[in-house]
This record gives sequence, C-alpha cells and structure tokens, in this order.
Amino acid sequence: MGTLSLNQRAALLSVLMLVVGLLIWEAAIPAQKAAEELTEYERLTGAGSAKAGVPPPSQVFAKAWEQLSNPFYDAGPNDKGIGIQIGYSIYRVLTGYLLAALIAIPFGFLIGMSQVAYKAFNPFIQVLRPISPLAWMPLALFIIGDSEASAIFVIFICSIWPMLINTAFGVAGVREDWVNVARTHELGPIKTAFTVILPAAAPTILTGMRISIGIAWLVIVAAEMLVGGTGIGYYVWNEWNNLDLTSVVFSILMIGVVGMLLDAMFGLLQRRVTYAE
Amino acid sequence: MKPYLSVEKLTQRFPDGTGGELTVFENASFRVEKGEFVVILGHSGCGKSTIMNILAGLADPTSGVVIMDGQEVKGPSLDRGVVFQNYSLLPWLTTLKNVMFGVKARHPEWTKKQVEDHATKFLAMVGLEGDVIHRKPSQLSGGMRQRVSIARAFANHPKLLLLDEPFGALDALTRGTIQDELLNIWGQMEQTVFMITHDIDEAILLADRILLMTNGPKARVAESVEITIPRPRNRTEIVEHPNYYAIRNHLVQFLGKRSKELAGQPTEAGQTNAPETVRIDLTDPADDPEDKRPALKAVNS
Ligand SMILES: Nc1ncnc2c1ncn2[C@@H]1O[C@H](COP(=O)(O)OP(=O)(O)OP(=O)(O)O)[C@@H](O)[C@H]1O
Ligand SMILES: [Mg+2]
Repeated sequence: MGTLSLNQRAALLSVLMLVVGLLIWEAAIPAQKAAEELTEYERLTGAGSAKAGVPPPSQVFAKAWEQLSNPFYDAGPNDKGIGIQIGYSIYRVLTGYLLAALIAIPFGFLIGMSQVAYKAFNPFIQVLRPISPLAWMPLALFIIGDSEASAIFVIFICSIWPMLINTAFGVAGVREDWVNVARTHELGPIKTAFTVILPAAAPTILTGMRISIGIAWLVIVAAEMLVGGTGIGYYVWNEWNNLDLTSVVFSILMIGVVGMLLDAMFGLLQRRVTYAE
Repeated sequence: MKPYLSVEKLTQRFPDGTGGELTVFENASFRVEKGEFVVILGHSGCGKSTIMNILAGLADPTSGVVIMDGQEVKGPSLDRGVVFQNYSLLPWLTTLKNVMFGVKARHPEWTKKQVEDHATKFLAMVGLEGDVIHRKPSQLSGGMRQRVSIARAFANHPKLLLLDEPFGALDALTRGTIQDELLNIWGQMEQTVFMITHDIDEAILLADRILLMTNGPKARVAESVEITIPRPRNRTEIVEHPNYYAIRNHLVQFLGKRSKELAGQPTEAGQTNAPETVRIDLTDPADDPEDKRPALKAVNS
C-alpha cells in the first residue's frame, strides 16, 4: 500500500465502495416470488409483475447496455432513445442559459460599475431571486403559450440570478489599484472594461456561471415533467407511468452523469481564468 | 524660468467620519525642476500618498493647483508614470505582458513585435531576463515584482515618474540592488522623479533634493534640503563624504522634533508658503566651519 499515491488509494477506495454498494443493493432485492405464491391482493396491485419492483443493479446494467448501444432511435412520441431525450434537455438548458448569460453578464457589469445602480437594483434582485423557477411556469405558459418556449423561459429565469449577482459582485470588487493602472495608462472605459475589469472579475463571473448551469440542469428535469413531450425529465415521468422502474433508475443515473459533465466543463473554464494574487 | 512642476497651495480635506472635517495638509507648495530627483519625507499619515495621487491625477485636491510643463494637471496621463507602493501588477498577465500592457497603451500604433521587443529591453534593464519574464507576478519574489513595476513605468518614458514607497516591502539587500538599478536607469534617461520614502539613507542616496513635511493634520512642506553630495553616488562611499552626517543629522532632527513643533502652524495670508531651502555644504571653501550653524539656512523665495 505504501507505494500507492494518494489519488490511487482514493480511487481504489471508490471502486471498493461501489462494488460493496452494488452487492448490498443486489442482495437486498428479494427474489421474485413465483406467480402461484402471490396473494389475490398482490396480483391486483401488480406487485407480481416483474416490472413493478425496484430493480437490482444487474437489471439496470442490462438496461443501460441496451439503451446506450442505440441511444438515438426514434420510434414515435413515446419511444425515443435516451440520447435523443438528453439532447432535447441539453438544447433547452443551453438555449435558456445562453440567453440568460447574454443579459446577465453585460447587465451585471453595468450594475457592478455603479454603486447607485447596484443599490437601486438590489431590492428587485433580492425579491425575484428566491422565487422557485417552476412558480413562473403557469405565467409563462399563459403569456408565451408555447410549452417548449415556456420550458426555456424557466431555465432562463433560474439561471439569470447567480450570473447577474456574481458578475455585479465581481465587477464591484475589482481592486482599485488595477483600475488606477488603467487610468494612469489613459485607457478608455471600453478598453478598461475588457482589459482590466473583465479578467479581474472573470473568476467570480465563472463561479456564477457554474452555479447557474447546475441549477438549470436541476430545473430542466422538473420543468420537462410538467410540460411533457420530450426531454429527460419527461422520459423519467413517462417510464414511471409505464411502471418501468429499471428505466427510471437508469435515467436518474444519466441525469447525474450529464450534470457532472456540464459542471466539469465549467470547472475547466474556471481554472483557466483563475489567477493567484 | 518657470519651474517644470509647480504645486501651488494644495489643500486636502476629508470628512473625518464624525461629521466634521479633517484637513490633511493646507497650502502645501513646492516646485520640481526638469530632470530633478526629489524625495519627500514625512511621518506616516501626513499626506504624502495623497499628494502623490493628486500629482498623478488620480485624485482632485480640495483646493490648489498642480501645473506641469505649463499645463494644469487634470486627470491621469501617460506623461506621469506611477509606481504604486503595492506594485499593482495585473496578476492574470505574465511579467512580459504586464510591461507590454503599458507599452501598448503608450504606442497603440506599434506592431506586437515592436511592443514585445521594447518591453523585453526594459525588463532586461532591471535585470529580468530569460524565462522569468513569462511567469505570472504571483510566481515572482517581492523584489522582482517591484522591478517589473519599475520597468513598466520606465518603458513608457513618462515626463514625470512618481514612486510611492517603492521599496517599502523589500529587505535591505534587495532594496540596495534595486536602488542601484533605479539610479542607473535614471542616470541614462534624465527623468524627473518624485518619490516617497520613509528611509532617510535611501533618500540621501537617491535625491537631489529632499522635501520635508510637518506632521498632520494641516501638514505642509516646510523645508527643501539640497543634497550636496556629488554623483555618481555609491552607498558605501557616500557615508564617507563630509556632508553626509551633517545632512543626515539635519533630517533626523527635523523628523524627530521639528516636524512636531511646526505641525499645525497656520500660514499667514499672502505668504508664498514655499519651503525654506536648506543647503548644508561643509566642503564649500567659502564657509568658515567655525561659523557654520547660523549659515546653515538660507531662505530663498
Ligand atoms: N479617502 C480618504 N478619506 C478620508 N481620509 C483619508 C482618505 N485618504 C487619506 N485619508 C487620510 O489622510 C491622511 C493622509 O493619508 P496618506 O495616505 O496620504 O498618508 P501618508 O503620508 O502617505 O502615510 P504613510 O506614510 O503611512 O503612507 C490620513 O490621516 C488618512 O487617514
Ligand atoms: Mg502612503
């Protein structure tokens, strides 16, 4: 053991925990009772059907193998591959998110530059920010009408706040010394914004963007359960209605994996703009 | 002849936090000639940094004017280069890029190659060469950062160079090296320099003239002491010069005692308020050493 690095030991431990966890899970699922042993009640509630129980990991793996080997098939509205469903969700998240970034970052910049604007906008931001994004859904459906656009709007509204607040906070906190460097070099306001304030505030802004993408991915699942049609959220709900718990567990895992990848992407970006003082 | 830089009746008041006003300095006046190296000495809080910020154009005085080259100073300018006390390098840029940042601002029409060559040349002048210049400021020692900051200022050939306690955070050894480098570059470039320091020996080594400030509040520039030690100076040799200890004693006396006694004295109306010129020269054959004391000071207005 002494020859293994810290990371290697941690990885080994992770694998061990995974294996033990899966074994316990597998063992905890009772073997299916034979059909003749079922009581009348069990037969009526469907407890006897193979689909209704919580699936053991072996079944989930089989499902994952089946789904991931053909992720993009499309066999009608209720039967699309997991890849297509996730694709829809990512498309909605990115659209709403990019729209939010397009507004939040320049606007946050302006608020951060002016103390008056910061104070004037703060009460509105403080009231709007804690509203659950799904609470906007009925209003969005009514005003926008289109369910697809409403889902995007919900993503937009939930991801705008962390980006707005972090941008304003980052810009307002730029060290005066650095701004003075720009001033003594006679840089104009635009040049100062891009060559000094933006790089100085970039780590804070990216933290906001990272928080936002995380929230957006959380919210899209719930939003798609509500609006239906396509997307990973709809898929989970649909499989639940089909009582296909194996698919439910599999899609839950997929949501986790995609969320992790999105976060890792922003983590990478964040590392690129971070500087040590 | 008009002086190159003329500071006239500068007054700065700040709100004192309890509803009243704090007068940091009042009617502070002094002049700096072209190519002169002037150091300002004074106790902490007397307003040296505030004066420097006004000279840089980063802050406005409550009243009074600064005239440089016949023009009133209004706002910052590339003609006045500043080396801030805390270096103020941009931490996300490499050493070379930090200097290039300044050069690009000064010469927007230059090609990238020209900018880079110019920046590299000035970094070499302060002894930074090779792969060091591709490191970020956080990977440099304090002394190296200070040199980058000096290179950035010098590379722009400002007409006036403002240095706010540039060596404050350095150990004595590094301090010495950079002081020598500063003198060296200054000798080559005929730059006008205005510098703040707390270190009397450093002031004597570097300055043509030392301005002495009384304590605050209501501080003013009371004396202007000429450093009558010929250049080039060398830190180990100047202490042997007959004028060295006479000047040093005078400065210590001022900072230790007279800066307090003179503090807060109101200035009479109509007085020009120029600092009293003090010239101490024991090598001057015209002076009789016995009769030195009263001849030390000559008021020049
Ligand atoms: N923005 C400000 N608002 C209120 N008071 C200020 C402000 N800036 C400076 N002062 C006050 O002005 C006085 C002079 O400050 P300044 O920084 O110029 O001193 P200093 O001579 O540079 O001191 P040190 O040698 O310690 O750097 C201090 O009493 C300080 O509290
Ligand atoms: Mg100071």
